[in-house]
Amino acid sequence: MNRNISCTVNSKSMTWQIDIRMSLADVLREHGYTSVKEGCGVGECGACAVLIDDVAVDSCLYLAVWADGCNIRTTEGESKEGKLSPVQQAYLETGSVQCGFCTPGLVMASTSFVEQHKGQKVSREQIRKGLAGNLCRCTGYDGVVRAVEQCIDAEE
Amino acid sequence: MAVGKSVQRVDGVAKVTGKARYADDFTMPGMRVAKYLRSTIAHGRVLTIDTSKARALPGVDGVFTYQDIPKKKFATAGHPFSMDPGHVDVADRLLLTDYVRYMGDEIAIVVADSDLTASKALSLIDVEYESFQPLVNREDILGDDVPEIHKGTGNVVKTHSFVAGGNLEEVKEECDHLIEGRYKTQIMQHCHLENHTAYAYMDDHQRIVIVSSTQIPHIARRIVAEALDMDAGLVRVVKPFIGGGFGNKQDVILEPMVAFLTKNLEGIPVRLKLDREGGMIGTRVRHPFDVKVQVGLDKDGTIKLIDFDALSNTGAYASHGHSIVSAGAAKTHYMYPRAVYSCKAKTIYGNIPSAGAMRAYGSPQMTFAIEAIMEEAARLVGMDSVEFRLKNGARPGDKSQITKKPIMTCGLLDTIRKGRELIDWKRKRKEWPKIQTGQLRRGLGIAIFSYGSGTYPVCVEPASARLILNQDGSVHLQIGATEIGQGSDTAFAQMTAETVGISFDKVHVVSAQDTDVTPFDTGAYASRQTYVTGQAVMRTAEQLKTRILDYASIITGLDVELITIADDNIVIAETPEIAVMSVRDVAVDAYYDKNRGGQITAEVSYKARNNAHVFGCTFVDLSVDIPLCKVTINEIYNVHDCGVVINPLGAEGQVHGGMAMGIGAALFEELMVDSDSGRIYNNNLLDYKVPTIMDIPDLGAAFVETHEPSHPYGAKSVGEAPVISPAPAIRNGILDATGVAVNELPMTPKSIFKYFKKAGLL
Repeated sequence: MNRNISCTVNSKSMTWQIDIRMSLADVLREHGYTSVKEGCGVGECGACAVLIDDVAVDSCLYLAVWADGCNIRTTEGESKEGKLSPVQQAYLETGSVQCGFCTPGLVMASTSFVEQHKGQKVSREQIRKGLAGNLCRCTGYDGVVRAVEQCIDAEE
Repeated sequence: MAVGKSVQRVDGVAKVTGKARYADDFTMPGMRVAKYLRSTIAHGRVLTIDTSKARALPGVDGVFTYQDIPKKKFATAGHPFSMDPGHVDVADRLLLTDYVRYMGDEIAIVVADSDLTASKALSLIDVEYESFQPLVNREDILGDDVPEIHKGTGNVVKTHSFVAGGNLEEVKEECDHLIEGRYKTQIMQHCHLENHTAYAYMDDHQRIVIVSSTQIPHIARRIVAEALDMDAGLVRVVKPFIGGGFGNKQDVILEPMVAFLTKNLEGIPVRLKLDREGGMIGTRVRHPFDVKVQVGLDKDGTIKLIDFDALSNTGAYASHGHSIVSAGAAKTHYMYPRAVYSCKAKTIYGNIPSAGAMRAYGSPQMTFAIEAIMEEAARLVGMDSVEFRLKNGARPGDKSQITKKPIMTCGLLDTIRKGRELIDWKRKRKEWPKIQTGQLRRGLGIAIFSYGSGTYPVCVEPASARLILNQDGSVHLQIGATEIGQGSDTAFAQMTAETVGISFDKVHVVSAQDTDVTPFDTGAYASRQTYVTGQAVMRTAEQLKTRILDYASIITGLDVELITIADDNIVIAETPEIAVMSVRDVAVDAYYDKNRGGQITAEVSYKARNNAHVFGCTFVDLSVDIPLCKVTINEIYNVHDCGVVINPLGAEGQVHGGMAMGIGAALFEELMVDSDSGRIYNNNLLDYKVPTIMDIPDLGAAFVETHEPSHPYGAKSVGEAPVISPAPAIRNGILDATGVAVNELPMTPKSIFKYFKKAGLL
């Protein structure tokens, strides 16, 4: 069964006819948002994380029909006019990118964390808790923690 | 100077913006989906298989079983072809099988118009099995009258035996102490975030194009040709961005199958993408080892001999099994190269997932055993663990007992001294009580490692590069080496910029590999690329530089001896601040002058005939909660001698990642197999405990730089080695804190509980 959904993706309004059984991850990928990666398909790895109304969500576990009326952000939309977002920039500076497969999901989870903790003092423990839903096998997360710390410090 | 600087990854922007395209991000109109039918038993035979209902399902393009595939067995290990018949890989695979060797073995495959149709078709296939007792443990596998998993093998893949550096029995007689230990390591899975995936289509009636997530495109091309009995020149393998490999993509897993499918379906594009559950059992795992080791030493703490007896279980198919133990033994003997080194090793088949290459290739397992027994040895003679290793560890001037060649650069002892300072070992030793009694106890652990840079002299080490000067004065670098996340493309760009004399951002690396286009290189494994491919890149860059200068000399009329390239300009060699013309202007003239010139390119294919040994150590400060049997890492450092560090930020990232994987091996990860049924309990990322960000503490990475004379930039390897020493260091830290020697991995609360109970701590 198909249904129409309307949502905003990276500030653009979209109306899509979708099979109601489809996950948001699959729909986004079909429409070219291939930053949304599938590492497990069942919410274990976080590679498909996008922001739905500014909250990081595993889009593989999220039915596309639920996104009707929502504001969706993917990594593609985070850099504007050729300029990287502070989180993207911090990932590069701290060496938090290796194979890059978990990176889009981690960038989105980190972006959400940074936005929610604007102006606050946060501990590394809090950062780790905030990103506990994203697996990375390459970096050991050390740079990731520093990247988020750097963004929060810059916000202060 | 580009070498030695922390530059931004050449693929960094593509990756943080999500623009980097991986194998699954490419689609073609009409692309079909393939899915395996995996066995539901671990050992047995398919008696009957009925695919008629599946074939009749609308949307199904084809169903293939073991009856439909080529009958030629092939080897999957991603090694270069060996001209030595005694050194070929084990050909024990068919595309599909009727003899089931592990739970999940591939007995049929469906091709359909969608995922759902393919899944439905799989559910319509009826299979009747004859079941045999799964052989999971060594006692069962090597028992009397057990079935042979592969006919004619006695369930043994290969045995190895060597003694290097002296007469073992004589030296045993001379030792003041002989101590023994037995150590077991677990099955691990690589868990790269991108699963195995590949698709294939045909260009005409003969030519097959494969796009695959592989570490070894050129090797994959040869193996596909072998498996399908066709010419390698008719197979084209393309490698886009790769979402990690760690050795699991140094094996040819899906490529022959997708090639077979498209070949049998009129060349239509067919994608075969493993889901996580299929990937965790149906690709490769790390070999579990069972190692008995004996160490002989003198009263003063001098190690005289190390004698191993190692058993490695390669599972259902050989893959890399025949070479893992021998590579592990050979690479680890550089740690204590003045001792007699003896190794007896046996690799067996078993009804568990097939084990292959995984980061550091046998060395982590061997090092766990060596560094555990060394800790016992140090304690036996009453020496400080660090002093013991400083006394016995490799130092400049030592020779390999195996090759008899000198170790060219060795910073091991300096890495140990640096690690000791970083962890504040001496102060903590002095201040902490010798015997601890509380519920929470603190310990210090150390372990050292040695490793290689590439596979020479065991395997051929070819690498090639091609440089093209563009009209704008930038260059394109085409290389056969494979970027899989480790940062090799960036290191090659740095080397090129350094040697040609142009800026780093003027070097564009062609990251996607295409065996029709890129020059030959065997790929990403054995920590070989920076070291081996770097030697080819330097030669190519020198050739390009010479050609640019030759042409600039024609344009300017200046003697070529007088000029060089610096900062993107042709300059006077003696006064480099005087620019004669830009490299860009040279390029424009070469491209467009009507009467002279032509595109300026360079290409070199080079075989490295050397191998450099890397060294280092892990230091850890940890706490053990006795009632909870839980280990918490307070501080951990890896210190490496990897020669000159080409890109400090990249090298640090490699070390951090390896440490995290090593901590996973130490404390969390194990693929668990039920020994009665052969069922795998945890083939997913929820139940298989890949460390999350919560599980990994702040990581310390440090370097002691040596200048390796066999490498043009003084570099040695850094990719795999960081994973080797964390687990034994943590094991030794637990021993230090509690007095209890845990001799198996992983050291989860469940396993530690057994040891604490036995020791009377609980």
